[in-house]
Amino acid sequence: MGILEGKRLIITGVLMDTSIAFHVAKIAQQEGAQVVLTSFGRTMKITSTIAKRLPTTPPVIELDVTNQEHLDSLAERTTEHLDGVDGVLHSIGFAPLGAFSFMDGTWDDVATAMQASAYSLKALAVAALPLMSAGGSLVGLTFDAKFAWPVYDWMGVTKAAFESTNRYLARDLGKLHHIRSNLVSAGPLRTTAAKSIPGFEEFEKVWGNRAPLGWDITDPVPAAKACAALLSDWFPATTGEIIHVDGGVHAMGQ
Amino acid sequence: MAQSEQEILEGLAEIVNEETGIETDSVELDKSFTDDLDIDSLSMMTIVVNAEEKFSVRIPDDEVKNLKTVRDAVTFIHTAQG
Repeated sequence: MGILEGKRLIITGVLMDTSIAFHVAKIAQQEGAQVVLTSFGRTMKITSTIAKRLPTTPPVIELDVTNQEHLDSLAERTTEHLDGVDGVLHSIGFAPLGAFSFMDGTWDDVATAMQASAYSLKALAVAALPLMSAGGSLVGLTFDAKFAWPVYDWMGVTKAAFESTNRYLARDLGKLHHIRSNLVSAGPLRTTAAKSIPGFEEFEKVWGNRAPLGWDITDPVPAAKACAALLSDWFPATTGEIIHVDGGVHAMGQ
Repeated sequence: MAQSEQEILEGLAEIVNEETGIETDSVELDKSFTDDLDIDSLSMMTIVVNAEEKFSVRIPDDEVKNLKTVRDAVTFIHTAQG
């Protein structure tokens, strides 16, 4: 029996088959879960095509996490496919190009990034909550926000807000609903999202050398496995946590 | 099964037409996806994914930036099909 046998999951963020979320969906299905994907706007077509590459083709429903109508109707639209939700993967981030220049980034750039990439964790949790019950799990993906990184700039600040949002969700979802909220802090991966970050190769250079376990920027499976584990019942007393899946870089000095 | 370059061109033109509405006759070998056909990166991504399905090939992300013209894409797919 798989570790996600019988679990019903909403998985956001599947764009290409290099997406971390694609591999979470794949592992989840292999481990026995039923999956619904979300996508939005013009990316719906890509997600729907890529969904056919999963072991079982899941339904794709529309969700723009900055669209209140989409959020308000998410639970109702999900029940067309699932009779409840045990876990949600948040794999969503967006920042305008201007946000990747710290000193030049405008408030409009930062506000957009903050809503789409940090506040959206809370928005998604609230939207899925009517379908969730005790034991449920919310999992998000971060990039270690303790440090100032090259080129990441306001997206790094946004990730710090995202990590804080995770802790507050752990408090409120835990106390009121016994639902967990955790993040996976993955090392740099060459996904479509990463390639949209100007100068991303700066990360790629240093990571492999600093990671005691080494790091393969083309392999999203280790991060996806950690997400699957957090979505399962195998972390029943863990919430507000950030699991680092980065080859060990977070624990090293210079 | 490997297809001729003409068959690949026709199939690719159908995919481009479906994504962008551009007439299939306008999808000619020497046209640039961005400069002549005005295809943006998201549409290009959709076209690539659909081409992978239609022609049973994989077009690595790193390769996509090298597919500047329709001919580049047809040649890549033809070679990849072996």
